[in-house]
Amino acid sequence: MPEEEAVSTPIRRLLYSLPILLLAAFGWLAWRGLAPDRDPSALPSAMVGKPVPDFTLPPLDASNEALSPKDFAGKVTVINFFASWCLPCKAEHPLLFQLQKDMNLPVYGIAFMDQPSDATGYIKENGDPYAKIGVDQNGRVAFNFGVQGVPETFILDRQGIIRYRLAEPLDPDRITSEIAPLVKSLQQ
Amino acid sequence: MRRGFRVRTLGALMLAAALALPAIAIPSAQADPTIHTADQPLADPAQEARARALMREIRCVVCQSQSIDESDADIAANFRNIVREQIAAGRSDQEILDYLTARYGDFVLFDPPFRATTLILWVGPFALLALGLVVAMAILRRQRNAKTAAGGLAPPDLSERERRRLQELLTEPDSGAGKSA
Repeated sequence: MPEEEAVSTPIRRLLYSLPILLLAAFGWLAWRGLAPDRDPSALPSAMVGKPVPDFTLPPLDASNEALSPKDFAGKVTVINFFASWCLPCKAEHPLLFQLQKDMNLPVYGIAFMDQPSDATGYIKENGDPYAKIGVDQNGRVAFNFGVQGVPETFILDRQGIIRYRLAEPLDPDRITSEIAPLVKSLQQ
Repeated sequence: MRRGFRVRTLGALMLAAALALPAIAIPSAQADPTIHTADQPLADPAQEARARALMREIRCVVCQSQSIDESDADIAANFRNIVREQIAAGRSDQEILDYLTARYGDFVLFDPPFRATTLILWVGPFALLALGLVVAMAILRRQRNAKTAAGGLAPPDLSERERRRLQELLTEPDSGAGKSA
């Protein structure tokens, strides 16, 4: 009998600690799920790592040619979905100038489910950081990008692969901590 | 008198309806700054029914726990029309779901597929159940063993020496009772 107990002790110890381990695992999950800085509506993008979807959009400025992935060829590019009816877009708008001027990035705008006249008014009012703007009136191009809403910002590498997606307004911290290092590595 | 009452009731009802009208019209007015996406039901009722059934399987990407069938969000209306277009184009349900998940990930499915990342989701409950059964069986077996040992129903394991001694006692014709041994 004593030998038998000695054999089963490690197993028994494991069995006894199981409830504690399971509780700890559950606690960890709950802690992660309820963390105040976690945004439960944030979705991982299914598009990061994939090539930019093909599209052709009418330009907002009639003197331009249509906007298509041909515009992005061979360079690191920013694509920004915006709309005149979107207040957070207006809030991030000055930062697009920062990307365009300070970081020397071509920024392409896609007006999402917006009237062209409204989008033109919005650009007149807030300035134009975009190399070119396409008008996605029915939101189908945005759908092909997996866009949930505006603003959304994508970064493409030279091969036209989507490397980054931000499904919320740009902010200065994110530009210095995430976007600038990524762009630097993509441009090398 | 009675007729007057009826007319008045009718008038009141009409007034109430007139007052309620703006309230009904408000949602579309609110969506006005955007281009409001209108639903374009399919002409074929069978196809539309199939589309509606599929819409209940697809989660709205901005409203978390609503399907695109239930949601009033513009993007959900967009999704509904895309589902309808795909059905009209002759795609199967699975092809349409794949089309959506290629862009929005598994999140859009209310019935997530079996993958490495969803392994815990699918296997977890059964693994816990199996674990519980193993523990319960171990406890039951031990209890039964303890009971039988205490009740003396099963003979205890004897060493070779003890067995020989027992044999001697049993075969010895006039050793007293086995008990005293």
